Amino acid sequence: MRRPSVAVIDYGIGNLHSAHKALLCVGADAVLTADPQVIASTDAVVLPGVGNFGACMEAIRSHNLEGPINRAIASGRPFLGICVGMQMLFESSDESPGAPGLGVFAGTVRWLPHSVKRPQMQWNRLAITRPDLVIGSDSSADQWMYFVHSLAAVPVESEIIAATVDYGGDVVAACRRENILATQFHPEKSSVAGLALLERWVLSVRGEQA
Amino acid sequence: MRAIRVIPCLDVDGGRVVKGVNFVGLRDAGDPIELAQRYDAEGADELVFLDITASSDQRATTIDMVHAVASTVFIPFTVGGGIRSLTDARAMLRAGADKVSVNTAAFERPALISEIAAEFGSQCVVCAIDARRSGSGWEVYLHGGRTPTGADAVKWAVEATRLGAGEVLLTSMDRDGTRLGFDNELNRIVADSITVPLIASGGVGSLSHLVDGVVDGGVDAVLAASIFHFGEHSVAEAKQLMGEHGITVRPSPPPANR
Repeated sequence: MRRPSVAVIDYGIGNLHSAHKALLCVGADAVLTADPQVIASTDAVVLPGVGNFGACMEAIRSHNLEGPINRAIASGRPFLGICVGMQMLFESSDESPGAPGLGVFAGTVRWLPHSVKRPQMQWNRLAITRPDLVIGSDSSADQWMYFVHSLAAVPVESEIIAATVDYGGDVVAACRRENILATQFHPEKSSVAGLALLERWVLSVRGEQA
Repeated sequence: MRAIRVIPCLDVDGGRVVKGVNFVGLRDAGDPIELAQRYDAEGADELVFLDITASSDQRATTIDMVHAVASTVFIPFTVGGGIRSLTDARAMLRAGADKVSVNTAAFERPALISEIAAEFGSQCVVCAIDARRSGSGWEVYLHGGRTPTGADAVKWAVEATRLGAGEVLLTSMDRDGTRLGFDNELNRIVADSITVPLIASGGVGSLSHLVDGVVDGGVDAVLAASIFHFGEHSVAEAKQLMGEHGITVRPSPPPANR
């Protein structure tokens, strides 16, 4: 059976090694790339991100990747944003006032409350708010995922929220709209549960039900 | 929800795990990948590799090891030991480490913390502190606990986080190797003084010491080496006991997956 091709967008930020290897491990033909032609032609696209929101957006723009990313999303092909790669899908972030995000989702990214340690650097259990073939359903086994973040998305449209975790209140852990899936957690660092989620996503890329 | 992390620590020399890790059924007890996979299957939340490679021309083997671990084991891991410069940190992080821990070099030149944090983010920088009781407080020791500094460990922890350390790994030199349990007075003072997560290390001789670190010391993660390595206790048993004491932990996978 053909392995679906996945472009992991490499725009010079952080460590993309694990995301790449984890996708290979669950059956995708994943490539690290900053080439717009590759991003335009693969079956699916992953936007990773780590560190500072403004620095990540700046790196995307300096690599001339904003257009290719927006076109990939608009093409309807499966698109997965991870961590800051999720946050950049929103319009702005309190971490980098004045730095516009990609604006694919309406809403902004806000600091976690002062009542909890920042960053949230731990595993946390997903509460599924909108069952989905990839994210799973409430009846699925407990899914613990690894989080490293100090800010979290606050979507305008609550119906895109697919999962939350409890960390000083409900924190948005995953969003889903049409072809776009975004996770605040790192599935590529979440052991068996994270790899299983990535595998379901890859199966969905192939057009099969998980 | 605050979930406490359980972190086995492995010493590596020349890309190989040393200090007699003694698991039943391992083909090669020195293979970092096989050990990391084993700990992952038991439910370890993260791993720390402490590089004790003495010669600098052997450092390349550590980078190869980091690359291999990041390609095959999908839980977060930290590499510490011998990271003296931004260049050293960059090599480990680019090879696939999630975090680096800095100790002596950061104390001698605190800007190292800011430099790594600026390039990779605070979440990549762990400040490791070796502390020993001195008078009514605790003193920072360098070079693996051999060199006293006269500096106050609690103040250094606060300063390191102000500079951008995203986590503190605190080792009690008084307790390290004693199996008497953590110094939870020290842990509590540091935990209450910093706003980033605290990992406790040094002195674990039984699983109940891990519980004490959380309940009495207020730490966010517990690190241990020998109780896990020598097959006395598994990470799964540690989490079981912590859970029984009302501590939230990520449950270990069912034994069928181990």
